[in-house]
Amino acid sequence: MMTTQTQNVPVLDARSVTKVFNIPTPGFQREYIAAVDQVSLALSEKPARIVSLVGESGSGKTTLARMMLGLTPPTRGQILYRGKRISELDKREWWDFRRNVQPIFQDPFGIYNPFYRIDRALDMTIKNFNLASSSEEALAIKSEALRAVDLRPEDVIGRYPHQLSGGQCQRVMLARTLLLRPKVIIADEPVSMIDVAVRTLFLNILLDFRDTYDISCLFITHHLATAYYMGGPMLVLCFGRVVESGDIDQLLAKPSHPYTQQLLKAIPTPDPTQRWQNRANVKITERPLTHEGNKCVYVARCPHAMPICSQQRPPDFEIEEGHYAACFLHQDKPQREAIPQVSRRHRHAVGAED
Amino acid sequence: MNVQSNSKTLMEIKDLRVWYRTTRGNAQAVDGVDLTIQRNEIFGLAGESGCGKSTLAKGILGMVRLPAFVESGEANFYRSVSGSSAVASDLIKLPARDMRKMRWRHIAYVPQSAMNVLSPVARIEKQLLDAIFEHTNMSKKEARDRMFECLDMVGLEPAVARMYPHELSGGMKQRVTIAAAISLKPELIIADEPTTALDVNVQQVILQELKQIAADLGLTLIYVTHDMAVHAELADRMGIMYSGLMVEVAPVVETFKEPLHPYTQGLISSIPMIGGGRERMTGIPGNAPSPLAWPAGCRFHPRCPYVMEVCREKVPPMIEVAPDRLVACHLHPTPLSESASPADLSLPDWEEAVSRAPGVQPVQAMKKGGDTAEELS
Repeated sequence: MMTTQTQNVPVLDARSVTKVFNIPTPGFQREYIAAVDQVSLALSEKPARIVSLVGESGSGKTTLARMMLGLTPPTRGQILYRGKRISELDKREWWDFRRNVQPIFQDPFGIYNPFYRIDRALDMTIKNFNLASSSEEALAIKSEALRAVDLRPEDVIGRYPHQLSGGQCQRVMLARTLLLRPKVIIADEPVSMIDVAVRTLFLNILLDFRDTYDISCLFITHHLATAYYMGGPMLVLCFGRVVESGDIDQLLAKPSHPYTQQLLKAIPTPDPTQRWQNRANVKITERPLTHEGNKCVYVARCPHAMPICSQQRPPDFEIEEGHYAACFLHQDKPQREAIPQVSRRHRHAVGAED
Repeated sequence: MNVQSNSKTLMEIKDLRVWYRTTRGNAQAVDGVDLTIQRNEIFGLAGESGCGKSTLAKGILGMVRLPAFVESGEANFYRSVSGSSAVASDLIKLPARDMRKMRWRHIAYVPQSAMNVLSPVARIEKQLLDAIFEHTNMSKKEARDRMFECLDMVGLEPAVARMYPHELSGGMKQRVTIAAAISLKPELIIADEPTTALDVNVQQVILQELKQIAADLGLTLIYVTHDMAVHAELADRMGIMYSGLMVEVAPVVETFKEPLHPYTQGLISSIPMIGGGRERMTGIPGNAPSPLAWPAGCRFHPRCPYVMEVCREKVPPMIEVAPDRLVACHLHPTPLSESASPADLSLPDWEEAVSRAPGVQPVQAMKKGGDTAEELS
């Protein structure tokens, strides 16, 4: 299998991926929108880490997740699974990818067929991946996985989705992924539809998965405080582009992109003695519809907008080690090196290069 | 109808029960809520999903439709006529025709999903003007002026009036619903999770606008959301609901500083905060009970880390333990009127209590490695 080259190669590696959608417009003119615009991120196996991706709705979070899962091909750039483009995986590698990269979706009820009992999701996984040789063994690993996500098997097995709460359904999904011991979980807004009190439990399970089973996670959320709780690297996505990235503690201590600063200010603090002092002065602008590649995406709302911002696309400037911001306010800082693309011809040599 | 002397009170809800008829019996979604809303306050209503927040809001508005029904209770609404005098009317017993007159004119509603309340085939102006013409005798010109005034108040351009809902973003649509709610200067606005589906930036703008409008027009706002941080930002007083009942009603500063009910304490300690130490939070163990069969005694007792014998048997009454602070919990048995000296009301540390409580186990870690799924082919 592919174990020889896995030491340093990230399990899942997005290199400068772009996804362009066609927008229907009246007339014959075609318009395009870059839902995801040159985003790079890597999820490694060792050490396992939880990478948070924070952005507003419409910032391209879900599109990126779909590309990482291999559900949508990128327009430009590449998604590498263990150093190989996922569009070029052969049948066995694809099967391996399918097993090691697992999704968790937002809506805990939408993912189950209401006509089937909830354990069907677990049974199908066991069957498809030949995880058990007998029904007793199947029940045993099912129960083990359910207990690991803090559910009592007798509460869940044999129930229908509507008989469980959203938090329980979402945890059954986690139990399903755990059956496979994936390397990477792509969790797209997993807690936004479950209750606050149960949310913590879910987040703790993801942290446990990281520590106990070395499962990395791409944790997609619009809630900055949740991302902070998870720790690890964070990417801030604004209209399809990563405007700031770095370790979350570094980044929140020194938010360097005006968008991140604005985002931090807008979060309500759970402390009635510290209310917002100033009225928000945000022009609620629509996302620029057409793809304007040669300027900063945030320029229309930015309080520090300069002429250069609407003439050139800001590259990533290194604020501190590992902390980058794509903003011309920091143009005195060193620029980040471009991420190399893997050419088709030399695709097998990538592991050695890294 | 009787004239009420205490003009500070806007609404008094007494033992309101709104149930849902199901094939397995009645789901007691709202099961005996007592609540007083003051004039000119922002009242935050918090609780988990399924605790009856929205059903309570619908009950007050008389929007209860089968399979839901009002089992019992009253909601006395004291609308001011002139100066200090107020006319009381029980919204629950009010005939549908009178209730219809009451809505929009005196009580307005801002729903959660603005996308679903605006008609996709009518321009915004038609939808706003319809509500104005239905409830007043304004002339066309007055109504249009009023509409533009309201759109301006929520920060929308006059051009929006000529648009269709699909031309607006989620935040703009939500502002249209707020504009509609304030168009007739009601005394009470009930907002049911108006910003839950919106981004934080937009949420901040809308919350600040709502607060400003409430202050400018002197109206009362009941704000329903599960997001405690929003309550901290907006509310004057807040009520916490759990399984169809009010468990704590207190000013918002006190609620956050010193929660009295263990459930409130659990809710507050499970909010992730930016900054500070990244300690592992425990949340509230267990699951919310089913409205078809609430637990006996205190409904929170199966999940409560401080559970006592009495909690399993007796329902705790709602008592005022400190000025303007009501709580229904056996940990606080002495009412303010009976206690000689101000007692220490603070609860012990939540995380510690949960870890020590019997029957509540932390997440079980499975044995590492787990060879069940090792071999692939």
